[in-house]
Amino acid sequence: MNIKIIKDKCSGCGLCVKVCPYNAIEIVDKLPVIKDNCIYCGECLRACKFGAMVLKKTEEREKDITSYKGVWIFCEQRNGQIQSVSYELLEKGRELAYKLNTELCGVLLGNNLKKDTINDIIWRGADKVYLACSEELADYRNEPYTKVLTDLIEEYKPAIFLAGATSIGRSLIPRVAVKVQAGLTADCTGLEIDNEKKILLQTRPAFGGNIMATIISPDHRPQMATVRHKVMPEAKVDKGRTGKVVEVNPKKDLLGSRTKLLKKISEIEKTVNLVEADIIVSGGRGLGEAKNFALLEKLALATGGALGASRAAVDSDWIPYSHQVGQTGKTVCPKIYIACGISGAIQHLIGMQSSKIIVAINKDPHAPIFKVATYGIVGDLFEVVPLLIKRFKQIRS
Amino acid sequence: MNIIVCIKQVPETTEVRIDPQTNTLIREGIASIINPFDMYAIEEAIRLKEQQGGQVTAITMGPPQAESALRQAVALGVDRAVLLSDQAFAGGDTWATSYTLATAIKRLGDFDLIICGKQASDGDTAQVGPGISVHLNIPQITYVKKIEEINKDYIRAERMIEDGFEIISSPLPCLLSVVKEINEPRLPSLKGMIKSKKIEIISWSNNDLNLDSDKIGLDGSLTQVIKIFTPPPRRGGQIFEGEIHQSVNKLVDLLKKDII
Amino acid sequence: MDYFLTEEQIMIKDLCRQIAEEKIRPQAAELDEKEEFPWEIIKILGQSDLFRIFIEEKYGGTGGGVLELSIATEELSRACAGVAVGYAGSALGSYPIIMFGSDEQKKKYLPDIASGKKLAAFALTESGAGSDAAAVQVTAKKEGEHYIINGTKQWITNGGEAEIYTVFAITDRSRGARGISAFIVEKGTKGFDFGKKEKKLGIRASTTGELVFTDCKIPKENLLSHEGMGFPIIMATFDKSRPGIAAQAVGIAQGALDLTVEYARKRKQFGKPISSFQGIQFMLADMATQIEAARALTYAACREIDSGAKKISKDSAMAKLFASDVAMKVTVDCVQIFGGYGYMKDYPMEKYMRDAKITQIYEGTNQIQRIIIAAKLIKESTGKK
Repeated sequence: MNIKIIKDKCSGCGLCVKVCPYNAIEIVDKLPVIKDNCIYCGECLRACKFGAMVLKKTEEREKDITSYKGVWIFCEQRNGQIQSVSYELLEKGRELAYKLNTELCGVLLGNNLKKDTINDIIWRGADKVYLACSEELADYRNEPYTKVLTDLIEEYKPAIFLAGATSIGRSLIPRVAVKVQAGLTADCTGLEIDNEKKILLQTRPAFGGNIMATIISPDHRPQMATVRHKVMPEAKVDKGRTGKVVEVNPKKDLLGSRTKLLKKISEIEKTVNLVEADIIVSGGRGLGEAKNFALLEKLALATGGALGASRAAVDSDWIPYSHQVGQTGKTVCPKIYIACGISGAIQHLIGMQSSKIIVAINKDPHAPIFKVATYGIVGDLFEVVPLLIKRFKQIRS
Repeated sequence: MNIIVCIKQVPETTEVRIDPQTNTLIREGIASIINPFDMYAIEEAIRLKEQQGGQVTAITMGPPQAESALRQAVALGVDRAVLLSDQAFAGGDTWATSYTLATAIKRLGDFDLIICGKQASDGDTAQVGPGISVHLNIPQITYVKKIEEINKDYIRAERMIEDGFEIISSPLPCLLSVVKEINEPRLPSLKGMIKSKKIEIISWSNNDLNLDSDKIGLDGSLTQVIKIFTPPPRRGGQIFEGEIHQSVNKLVDLLKKDII
Repeated sequence: MDYFLTEEQIMIKDLCRQIAEEKIRPQAAELDEKEEFPWEIIKILGQSDLFRIFIEEKYGGTGGGVLELSIATEELSRACAGVAVGYAGSALGSYPIIMFGSDEQKKKYLPDIASGKKLAAFALTESGAGSDAAAVQVTAKKEGEHYIINGTKQWITNGGEAEIYTVFAITDRSRGARGISAFIVEKGTKGFDFGKKEKKLGIRASTTGELVFTDCKIPKENLLSHEGMGFPIIMATFDKSRPGIAAQAVGIAQGALDLTVEYARKRKQFGKPISSFQGIQFMLADMATQIEAARALTYAACREIDSGAKKISKDSAMAKLFASDVAMKVTVDCVQIFGGYGYMKDYPMEKYMRDAKITQIYEGTNQIQRIIIAAKLIKESTGKK
């Protein structure tokens, strides 16, 4: 057992049982017994006032981690455009690099990239850009991208490596982490430097956002993390900044890919960039029928927002699935989420509860959505929404 | 076709509650379910078996109670179930988990396809699938929303990305992680339920896998959780009841600066 | 109450409960409103092997009996009686084949029913033949290697949706009730058409249709058993199927009660939840007790039938009579407890009340059930002296 109880110090107070998030401790004969479902989160160790619990780890592998320096950002490009999540990472990366007194570098893979695209990374805070250009790297492919990043990490030994938690990031970075034997924390919502130990503290949600966990990678480098889009602010452009571009020329025969990209199909109209929207107007069962979404469309237009829906509305065929927000739909975090005729079932809340401002309009004062709403109006949405449309139109004109 | 589905038993997260006094999770009476995304993986595997013939094996790493998840999978139509359970595996992060699963899969023999769900609803990392594909050195296609064509050597699939989708081909064997758009999972069948009660689960501990202790479980983990806390709860805010015009005006005043 | 169900019976119950909650309940109101036949749900029931439970293993079933079918019907009825009757109606239509079919007939028709691929329907009722089942007017005339069927059947559950119909027709008018025979007729047979689809008070997700036979020619192999066996087949079928209706009634009543208890807990008037008022509590207690009694009687009748007992008519009639009367009373009282909300279509309770009524009417009205029970009682008494 990796958690050892020092019997002489244990008072049998049972505090460890109370604080265990996994119900993994029980008191047997006045002593705590750790059950099989313990995940070694360490809450009990921290809680024990008597120092009666210790975590025993077997011989740790020695790895010279002191030679790892620098904060690196994977700058994701698609169709030659850098994705804005990379700018958010550069802003945070700048802060981390400053605290560690080390350089901030961007890594960019692609083909025939415009000079301004590359310089943009420097203008937004990077001291250096490692650039790998090759035909094989034009579009994201698992194996060549993994190979290039792995080689760069092994050669240049960055201490921290960050990437966006996008469809590319979440396919690529876990592969790199396994290859270089680095710890990886996904979907971080917070990144800080521990001032004492100078290590990266990675905070992320778990259990669908019901709890937060802070994670470290104590013995392995680089410390890798992916970050959700629109969680951190973007770095601003300062064209006065200068930096260095290091061209990396990967050998062509190392860039093979067993998978082939046959075609790319864009569905901008269908995908309704809900995930990008700053304002979302969303409709649920309370709308009553399909044609009433037209009213919400007007509100969306008046506020400059996108149109969302609850599962109830989508299941009733009032609006296509691409608009669905919730556990089985999209997760969004706009500045303002206006929920009209949505009761606020937990499966819907999971998809939008990190919105900055939640506005609820519902005729049922007991609707659960009012518990999480920043502002709410108890009333008939068919009366309230037309008035809102009128007022917002006035304001924006 | 020999198809392997990696599944995980997770708590039913919609039921997770925080005790306001101790700030910890209340786990009593919370059901354990098959990770929702894995249900789509299981369904796709069974559909492929129905079309192409072959067998589907479900594999999971977890405590002994994870056996009930495997039996649930058999009730849906899976042919074989493997449980990797050992105290030595406990506390493993995604590196250790993917390494352990990959080793077990190798031990099962030849396979054509591994299907995983996109991510697990408790950890939400989506790292184990890609980790397995690296450990086994097979290609991967993530975010699969439709399999267009498949035979014993080749697969062509639609991969969902932010603004549309890609069509990717790969030789087999390969690993897929699937999204919810791919299918509608079936409910168990009575015959399946009867089979799931009787079937013998293949159970392996580290005695069977012989993995280095410093590569599995807590010792094999490269990351460590140092703190767990509840996020500041969203408190209910200002609710306006009463006369509609007044309520609307108040609301608009509050939102004005963010709308412009 | 624990009814000491076997492992397989519990599996059936749990599976049907899951389907009822995940697939049926969310759609119940819409199916009722649109009077739509729930093909999607029927498909899921088929995929889950639930049509196998009333058919022998030899023909693709899992060999279950009436108790298994009743458990399934009760669970489905909790969510929607209309959907449940589409399912149970297929069992009703299959029983003549199951009980009286030849091996060839069973091999030909039962596997497709067991897999859920095809539905069955029981075609007895006519405009002039309701309670008076012997008053059948549809004729079946033997001509060489065929029978020619003429006439109209009315109010047939699954009429138009099913593929396999067990049809009762007169082959010899001079023999009265003994001149009725039973036939298997398939959808698509020339001369077999569908007429009106009825608009009903309740069980609106179930299709109740008219069957029109115009010189419909069927092979003589489609005769069940012998000519003149129609009436015994009808009686034997109803003896076996009555607990299914009783189970449907129990399910309706239980579904209504569960929603009512929850409502009573949440609805506050005069500063208190109405569940704290003794008046309401007494009603809830009475309803719960009546439902449990109905369930116990139904299961007892099922077990008796499944044991192979011969004299089951009185007991199965009692179960159907009692359970359906309970369902009607319970649902009316549940609407009462819901108050105004019980009357509104936006709330689910009024549907339960509308659905309950039919259980007192079909498969032998409760008046006919009383006649059967009384006749048996008197016969038993005469026998005792």
